[in-house]
Amino acid sequence: MQKPLPIVDPGTQPYWDALKERKLLLKSCKDCHKPHFYPRELCPHCYSDNLEWVEASGDGEIYSFTTVHRAAGPAFADEVPYVVALVALSEGPRMMTRITGDPDVVKIGLRVHVSFENAGEGMVLPFFSIC
Amino acid sequence: MKPSKEAVIVAVADEPLKEGKVAQPGSPLQIQARCAKAALAQAGLSLRDVDGIATAGSWGIPGAGLVATVTLSEYLGIRPTFHLGTNIGGSAFESHVAHAAVAIESGICDVVLITYGSTQRSELSRNLAGWPAAFTFQFETPWGLPTPVGGYALAAMRHMHEHGTTRKHLAEIAVAARAWAKLNPAATKRDPLTIDDVLNARLVCEPLGLLDCCLVTDGGGAIVMTSASHAKANALRPVYVRGYGEASTHWTVASMPDLASLTAAEMSSARAFAMAGVRREEIDVVEVYDSFTITTLMTLEALGFAERGGGGEFVSGGRIAPGGDFPLNTGGGGLSYAHPGLFGILLLVEAVRQLRGEVEPERQVDGAKIALVHGTGGTLSSGATCILSVD
Repeated sequence: MQKPLPIVDPGTQPYWDALKERKLLLKSCKDCHKPHFYPRELCPHCYSDNLEWVEASGDGEIYSFTTVHRAAGPAFADEVPYVVALVALSEGPRMMTRITGDPDVVKIGLRVHVSFENAGEGMVLPFFSIC
Repeated sequence: MKPSKEAVIVAVADEPLKEGKVAQPGSPLQIQARCAKAALAQAGLSLRDVDGIATAGSWGIPGAGLVATVTLSEYLGIRPTFHLGTNIGGSAFESHVAHAAVAIESGICDVVLITYGSTQRSELSRNLAGWPAAFTFQFETPWGLPTPVGGYALAAMRHMHEHGTTRKHLAEIAVAARAWAKLNPAATKRDPLTIDDVLNARLVCEPLGLLDCCLVTDGGGAIVMTSASHAKANALRPVYVRGYGEASTHWTVASMPDLASLTAAEMSSARAFAMAGVRREEIDVVEVYDSFTITTLMTLEALGFAERGGGGEFVSGGRIAPGGDFPLNTGGGGLSYAHPGLFGILLLVEAVRQLRGEVEPERQVDGAKIALVHGTGGTLSSGATCILSVD
């Protein structure tokens, strides 16, 4: 069963396209110099529209996580238990992701690095692995 | 100075359930019609008197439910001149009470009917799959976080990390809710429940297990609001809306400002307390949205009843259970009474009945004069607080 894939729109197309080239992009504000995630039309910090795409380092740490025992619908059922996490990127913003590998070693505060997961239909999702 | 047309709640009703399903089968529109009729009759009013309508929900989408207040009005045969379709999730009805109070006090309308109805249990329409990965959910849905429990699990895990909260603390909340439900004949789950039962229940999303999660039931309710002068003229016992506030901070979990604190409730309750001019110690009974055990714990901290990080200690030792010194969720809450998708209207129904001394003696809070009701919607996303009182 196909998992839900992002329904891409003009505002998010560059983000998803970059992932296919194994690059993780953030939008960043050229006025207040703060990056944000997910990508928006206006800076959520200072409301400027003077924004640019920047490549993230791919480094971060686990801000919180949950080991999922009851899947988010049948598409994920054969993967339980799996770890969904919020990762705080070293640039600042947090993002939803998966932590790959053994669920039993996952802890808040562990350093992680982005990995790129083929999700089908040519889409690539950012996952993270413990460093 | 009190406004010349002070807004009051004059009647409430809820839909009887049997094993979590509507006792008398019906669509969400039928349920709302029944609750409306019951509440208006209690207030000595009829649908003819209603000039303001409020509802929220997720029935009939896409379709008739897209403009729910309009469809409901047509179904009821009324032509209201004031509509409240605000949908900020489970807290919507606390915001409806606030907005209706503004409308009544400013003379825009005289009688507001607030209703809700859901048949999610009968329809088996709930699952954990979440929402299509469009718009902002492009950045949440594809990773398989069960919705909504996963977001609450992430908050619980962070709260435990920062404050040393334990699963046993959370279990205290589920056990207390069950103890209140045992005193409420209308509650869905009334069999005994122990801390160990909660700790040993099947894990859903760590650290939350099955008994940390609210029920999935049908349900519905109605609230009638009008002016104090109308209530007085008709010899109705008014419940005053002393203060209110609302706020929202995010829906995508990654955008929540701080996963260990409930910012929306901090914001909404600060406004409600300031408007009401009452102190926390003066509140007699508290009804808060308990979608999950962690919701209750974080709400008690955000409302200022418990210290930040001290929620686990606060709920320990049966303090929030019957006989404890902090009567909370006195009908059994979403955890053990009912949770029909959006629970917020039933929090208000219970608070009004407590203030009027209308519940079973075993769970009646003696001499309750002031109640606080707090709804939470989305994934700890929105909050709306109402402070209610009787003379």
